[in-house]
Amino acid sequence: MRPHRGTTFIEMIYEFDAVIVGGGGAGLYAALEASKSAKTAVVSKLYPMRSHTGAAQGGIGAALGNIDEDKPEWHAFDTVKGGDYLVDQNAAKILADEAVKAVYDLEHRGLPFSRTDKGLISQRRFGGHTSEFGKAAVRRACHAADRTGHMILQTLYQQCIKNDVEFYNEFQVVDVIMNGTTCTGVIAFELATGELHIFKAKAVMFATGGFGRMFRITSNAHAYTGDGPAILARAGVPMEDMEFFQFHPTGIRSMGILITEGVRGEGGILKNGKGERFMEEYAPTLLDLAPRDMISRAIVTEILAGRGARGDGKIDDYVWLDATHLGRETIEKKIPDIQDFCKTYLAIDPVESAMPVQPTAHYAMGGIPTDVDGRVVNTKEAYSGLYAAGECACVSVHGANRLGTNSLVDLIVYGRRAGSHIAEYVKSASAPVVSDDAAEAARERIARIHENRGKGGGNPGEMYKRMQETMMKNVGVYRDEESMKLALSDMQAMREEFSTVSGQDETADFNAEILSLLELENLIDLGVLTAASALNRKESRGAHSRRDYPDRNDDDWLKHTMASMDDKGSVTIDYKPVDLSIWEPKPRVY
Amino acid sequence: MKVTLRILRNNDSTSHESVYKDYPVEVEPTDRILDALQYITWNVDGTLGYRRSCAHGVCGSDAMRINGRERLACKVLFQDVVDEKRWVREPGKKATQVDEENTGDDIVIAIEPLMHLPVQRDLMVNQTKFFENFRAVKPWIVPKEEPGEKEYVQSEEEHVLFDEATKCINCAACYSACPILDENPDFIGPSALVHAARFVRDSRDKGLSERLEALDQPNGLWACTNQFECTKVCPRDIKITKLINLTKRELTKYRASRGESVNDGK
Ligand SMILES: Cc1cc2nc3c(=O)[nH]c(=O)nc-3n(C[C@H](O)[C@H](O)[C@H](O)COP(=O)(O)OP(=O)(O)OC[C@H]3O[C@@H](n4cnc5c(N)ncnc54)[C@H](O)[C@@H]3O)c2cc1C
Ligand code: SF4
Ligand code: FES
Repeated sequence: MRPHRGTTFIEMIYEFDAVIVGGGGAGLYAALEASKSAKTAVVSKLYPMRSHTGAAQGGIGAALGNIDEDKPEWHAFDTVKGGDYLVDQNAAKILADEAVKAVYDLEHRGLPFSRTDKGLISQRRFGGHTSEFGKAAVRRACHAADRTGHMILQTLYQQCIKNDVEFYNEFQVVDVIMNGTTCTGVIAFELATGELHIFKAKAVMFATGGFGRMFRITSNAHAYTGDGPAILARAGVPMEDMEFFQFHPTGIRSMGILITEGVRGEGGILKNGKGERFMEEYAPTLLDLAPRDMISRAIVTEILAGRGARGDGKIDDYVWLDATHLGRETIEKKIPDIQDFCKTYLAIDPVESAMPVQPTAHYAMGGIPTDVDGRVVNTKEAYSGLYAAGECACVSVHGANRLGTNSLVDLIVYGRRAGSHIAEYVKSASAPVVSDDAAEAARERIARIHENRGKGGGNPGEMYKRMQETMMKNVGVYRDEESMKLALSDMQAMREEFSTVSGQDETADFNAEILSLLELENLIDLGVLTAASALNRKESRGAHSRRDYPDRNDDDWLKHTMASMDDKGSVTIDYKPVDLSIWEPKPRVY
Repeated sequence: MKVTLRILRNNDSTSHESVYKDYPVEVEPTDRILDALQYITWNVDGTLGYRRSCAHGVCGSDAMRINGRERLACKVLFQDVVDEKRWVREPGKKATQVDEENTGDDIVIAIEPLMHLPVQRDLMVNQTKFFENFRAVKPWIVPKEEPGEKEYVQSEEEHVLFDEATKCINCAACYSACPILDENPDFIGPSALVHAARFVRDSRDKGLSERLEALDQPNGLWACTNQFECTKVCPRDIKITKLINLTKRELTKYRASRGESVNDGK
């Protein structure tokens, strides 16, 4: 093993038509599409099979109508209403229309969906999925037991190796190369050698997933550190709707591991500490299948009123998710992984006992702003050669609150659209121009971490904890002016402090520590943007619930936030209109 | 409670030697082993190398030997292992549990990298060979017929035949636990055979005929002698040995129907 050389230098310059950053659902689908005609590489910090798409459980939504009558139009409407009207309606329409073909395509590529009696793809109920614009719950979620994401990831990876897609695994992208508003490549750090490489490309697509690790209780992977959005934010790209972060109502108490909404889709019921089915109070029609933001608020309200399982009114209390009435056969067949998680982490069997649950930070509705072809946009124009898709992107089809099963659709539909746009774009794009010192900024950031060693700077482990606590406490399910101000100043102070942080590991090869530190820096930057965007929006909408502004205010706030951050970490906010071309905003009742 | 993680480390830039290093940590019985490893890297020793991502047993990153047994660090709680006797395996034999000098209040939990794959650093192993073997079975659908506009019709009974094999997360726990690989490093390994079974048993796929090269040879299916160690460690509870035997049977039938014999090297 070679010792650290003091400063990392560039080893290789690679050149491709298209570089896809990320090997999850969105990245792999885009790669399959783009590589049909363009020279394409997937650059991923994890082996693609380890991506967090593999953790998705409950299903992928598409109006196949295999069990109940269903229409893409209803799906699109549910998406818009579920997103509290902050959804761009044409984008939602595309999502719902193309979902049907996308699901058939996955099945043709071998995805092992669960089946109906007739041998068709099985579908189940999910939160906010309705027929005829809200009349009744509809079975729309196509699923492979409760490991739908695992099957999507496996299937797409299988197709990629079949089609000889080129992979650079365990290469962590640390910077983007911009020439004005044209992207010409990325800089990646290779785990195995500790070297920085330049990837020149006519088109770059970010598909780096979410950033729930900024919160203490989360369903997200350790790798969910928002690298793509943070890299682009530092390069001057505004981030859209960062204040909208989804708290999923049913995470395993204190661990945050997700218990899919599919459990309620199969008939599971939420109960408070007194054994009452409290959703009857909050959403009389859809009950336990109301959208996630509403159920998370209901749970927190019950807990704070002293009706949680312990009943002490403390925020870390929990409620019960009861599936015992479903019977052993349904549980073992429809939600086997959930049963396994309960046995492993709680030493209970959901066949026999209710599951202790609390809201868990789950999904970033906001992120890199794109148009419906995956091109990154700011408030004025589209960037050239710069794309994003999947959880890191904001099209926006999820608005202020994502409906369950719509992320997997988003990956496939918009991953594909971005991939095919890229394939077209690179045909006429000129060769990427990259200056010799393109990796300089990244090199300096890494060198600084080494140089800080022994100087007694900030303790990264302690900072990580502090970030997760302030974000959870102050920018959680409920927020107000005071709490968000506190979070913002905490995060900005941490941003300062990060410049003093160092690592202990001096070696070059397999130095995962350096990469974790760069990830922490990304989370801190996104924490600043999230807190600032949240503080700025003076209304409650979807997942953004303010105690001091409890109502939605369409007159002033029916618009997307576009938040930019300068070198010093101060944030400026601009806006982008919402596409309301199909449905008029209405109050959101279920 | 106080426990000591005794981690087999290989992080010496000159000698490349593996040495055990002790890390005393304060943990809750319900903490995951991975939680303690995370605590160590962020607060005690940033040089400790291992892979992880999902933290709940679905991504396959953190298979390692915990007290001598292949497991995912994120799927083992301290309460599961603190009272456990250590597992050991003589080359080519099944693993057994032995008494160790785990005396007094000292709870020591041994953490070691997977076997049969070269160590890169500490608990990180080079998975190249493992993934090559995976690729060798053509782990993608080779459809019997062109798809129509809608889905292929497949009954739930047909689906159940291969459903279990689709659960594999490529963690390589089975590859490490397999006694055959102790002595025959060219054996394709249990996981690749699980992926083969997944397609061979799928009514939509052409099946065996496409995958004979990897399966029907002495280092393919036939190297397996039913040791069941893979099945015992699989964190996804896949009955690996059973799937291998079912595929062997299919293959024998397939060859017999053509008047051929299998290529088991015997
Ligand atoms: C527990 C859980 C259950 C869920 N269930 C559902 C569900 O049932 N239905 C649904 O629709 N949605 C669900 N979701 C949401 C959905 O799974 C995710 O939003 C989606 O899978 C994200 O996919 P992606 O392709 O954007 O990112 P990922 O699959 O996470 O992939 C990100 C990729 O980017 C790479 N990467 C990241 N940073 C870098 C970097 N710096 N350099 C290089 N590569 C990088 C990673 O290696 C990885 O390959 C669930 C989410 C969770 C956490
Ligand atoms: S078969 Fe089981 S042990 Fe082997 S790689 Fe797959 S999940 Fe891991
Ligand atoms: S970290 Fe994903 S399986 Fe353990």
